[in-house]
Amino acid sequence: MSDTFKLVVDGTEVEVPKSYTLLQACEAAGAEIPRFCYHERLSIAGNCRMCLVDWVGAPKPIASCAQTVGDMRPNPDGTPPRVETRSPRALKARNGVMEFLLINHPLDCPICDQGGECDLQDQAMGFGRAASRYEEPKRAVDDKNMGPLVKTVMTRCIQCTRCVRFAAEVAGVEEIGLANRGEDAEITTYLERALTSELSGNVIDLCPVGALTSKPYAFNARPWELRKTESVDVMDALGSAIRVDARGPAVMRILPRVNEEINEEWISDKTRFIFDGLARQRLDRPYVRIDGKLTPVSWDEALKAASAALARPADRIGAIAGDLACVEGMKAAMDLLDSIGVKSIDGRQDGAALGIGSDGSRLPRESWLFNSTIMGIDEADYLLLIGSNPRTEAPVLNARIRRNWLQRGLKAASIGPRADLTYETIDAGRGSKDLASIVDGHPVFEGLRAARRPMIIVGQGALTGADGAAVLHAASALAQRVGAFRPEEGWNGFNILHTASARVGALDLGFLPRAGGLDAAGVLKGAAGGSIETILLIGADEIDLSKTGAATVIYVGSHGDAGAHRADIILPAAAYTEKSATYVNTEGRIQRTQRAVPLKGEAREDWAIFRALSAYLGKALGYDTLAQIRVKLGADHPVFLGLDYAPATTPASASPPYGSAGALTGEAFRTAVTAFHLTNPIARASQTMAECAELAARPAAAAE
Amino acid sequence: MSARRFHHPDTSGVFTFSAETESEIAWWETKYPAERRQSAVIPALWIAQKQNGGWLSEPALRAVADRLGMSYIRVYEVATFYTMFNLEPVGKFHLQVCGTTPCMLRGAEKLKSVCERKIGPKGKPSGGGTFSWVEVECLGACVNAPMVQINDYYYEDLSVETLEQIIEDLAAGLNPAPGPYVKRQASAPEGAATSLTDPSLYDGSRAAPLTSIPGAPTSDGGKGA
Repeated sequence: MSDTFKLVVDGTEVEVPKSYTLLQACEAAGAEIPRFCYHERLSIAGNCRMCLVDWVGAPKPIASCAQTVGDMRPNPDGTPPRVETRSPRALKARNGVMEFLLINHPLDCPICDQGGECDLQDQAMGFGRAASRYEEPKRAVDDKNMGPLVKTVMTRCIQCTRCVRFAAEVAGVEEIGLANRGEDAEITTYLERALTSELSGNVIDLCPVGALTSKPYAFNARPWELRKTESVDVMDALGSAIRVDARGPAVMRILPRVNEEINEEWISDKTRFIFDGLARQRLDRPYVRIDGKLTPVSWDEALKAASAALARPADRIGAIAGDLACVEGMKAAMDLLDSIGVKSIDGRQDGAALGIGSDGSRLPRESWLFNSTIMGIDEADYLLLIGSNPRTEAPVLNARIRRNWLQRGLKAASIGPRADLTYETIDAGRGSKDLASIVDGHPVFEGLRAARRPMIIVGQGALTGADGAAVLHAASALAQRVGAFRPEEGWNGFNILHTASARVGALDLGFLPRAGGLDAAGVLKGAAGGSIETILLIGADEIDLSKTGAATVIYVGSHGDAGAHRADIILPAAAYTEKSATYVNTEGRIQRTQRAVPLKGEAREDWAIFRALSAYLGKALGYDTLAQIRVKLGADHPVFLGLDYAPATTPASASPPYGSAGALTGEAFRTAVTAFHLTNPIARASQTMAECAELAARPAAAAE
Repeated sequence: MSARRFHHPDTSGVFTFSAETESEIAWWETKYPAERRQSAVIPALWIAQKQNGGWLSEPALRAVADRLGMSYIRVYEVATFYTMFNLEPVGKFHLQVCGTTPCMLRGAEKLKSVCERKIGPKGKPSGGGTFSWVEVECLGACVNAPMVQINDYYYEDLSVETLEQIIEDLAAGLNPAPGPYVKRQASAPEGAATSLTDPSLYDGSRAAPLTSIPGAPTSDGGKGA
């Protein structure tokens, strides 16, 4: 039996796999099939009937989304079956379906946020009647509460159930359902509770009509007024593909772009809804603390003050880069700090034991990357999570793990705090002492060893503890022993899941303590003890700045958060939507954001601030434009020369295990992300995120 | 009919299965493989509704969902889909008046006005929670139209007088018998049989004499006629 099937679509013969649906076969033949309920990434429902086609000889039109090609048969004379997508019968069938769909759909397009990008609107133009014949009263449905992100206008709903299937299948939270029946059928959450998924915003994109729309974006703009910029997200370390829609100087909304290798077409709620944070708490002019009060000053005064602070002895200066710092900014800062001999620089504000061994040696790049690649998750058949909660650290990646678990029977085990990950995990303990117990004969060890594609994900919760370096060594040694390194098969099952978009870039740059320098914790301790007199913060806010003594703090960043509050000198920088900047995702994929809106006030791009500062210090850096710094970046760090692809799995430059062994005695790993919605300064400035965080902190029953 | 929702969403209440309910649900569960035990959701809801006095409260729904390892919304979908699950309190005697065509032609409208008069408006328990009534679609007893279902039993061939009497009897604590309220046995013709009355139908005299059993093997090994 052949695995393919021949059929003639609109006179074009195509041969497609038997697993295809008729809709896919028609698309392969170049025909356009309208649809509402069908979605490539969701299960097939077949309830909208919009995709009807005419299978010549069949008594009735066929719902092409639910017809498997393998179940079709040739014509009696043996010729391939003929399918017509534009025949009078097919068009009439769709016209009829459209008329029924529109019977109960309100004619409120002028006040509907979906207007201009509405599947129903477009398809009604293409396949519908010119006017309605329906004179009876239309039905009206009560709007449902779905939380602070999703606005509902339920009368517009056409019951395609895409949102129901998305919640149950992709997001893994069975929270949306179709209640009642027939005329009374309505989409709702249980007792109108708010959605708890980190991916809930995607139902807005999925909804083919204006029933589910974005609450924060409601009535703010029309799609055709917006300037669309394709960019990259920095809210987590995945670097999801996004489109930033802006009007004038304001970001109006953020939507996902398709990138099969990273986010497919989903983005997390944090990625989608922090845009109001881009307009709040912004640092739009330089400040210097005068008599204990932050006072607006000119760039010249601020840079003079900063250069004075940096003119102190180099061993009394420390620098820390935060979670949102871009590669260009860190590169310029690093070149500047190196030129004045500062050794205490660190791009790991959370204290993760990455990049540098306990003996001070530099570790290979493979030791801090998600080597299997995000797509590799689809291949894995046994997964061990070590101190990682992907659901809060990278929700889109978690959805991929869930899909593998759901569809291909992935086995997952977890060492670390127990949490609902939307898939079952074998409880393999809580802390590093349990990691040490995974040896020959342990079920998890045997599971990994027997797997064809074993995968180990080490989270920041495991690496930021006191024995982080020992965990890195033990986890990579475990990966080695179970055979997770298979370069000859193109598989490397050892993965680090980062939580910050800046981290891999910092590690790749070597934004790490120089020989004899202090790490982030050391800098802060030194400031408390008085041995560090100047701290340069590059968007570093998630550190304890309360005990920095009398040190002069220079804050370069975009938002007035913890760092700016403590700062003595504030140099306002750009947020990720305001600059073209390089970020490296957890896989080691080099990506660039694009400028969607202009800089705020007097703010400047990070690298330009350090370039200007270097001139004040009399050590002018050798680049004056973004293009020049990128040339320098590529020359100094060839890793940044390739864009937009994950590094291939090649035999590691230094063989695992990474780092050196140490005692594993930890009782419990940390939780790397405690409040999903509030992980960075932009999110903390967002009112939408604050609302979500408040809701998430409340017990489920009260969240109505 | 309008969309059905919980009338009293008491989201803090706790519903505990009685020993009897628990064992009944457990019995239904054994009918399905362990990983498919949510297949027992409809009987489980029905049993819970019984225990809860004929209606399904929000805590009872949650108890069923937790018992079968289902999300609340999935059980909610089932409970709102099937109109036999009452989402609002019903009376101790819950009358379901059939209003579909055969019953309507035989006087269901009059039975509804009896209910309105003696019980009150449709869908609202009255008399301190003794009675409630609703109109339902065909209950499949058309041959005994018009009819009313009271709790688990059918009261058939009703008239205004007989239904009034039944309601009064129930209110007085009597036990009116279910079944037809005219002189007939079950759905047999009223009074006496009106067809198939010829005694020769039953004495065997009409049957053709049988010489051999059709299709049975014969002694010569062949097939019989």
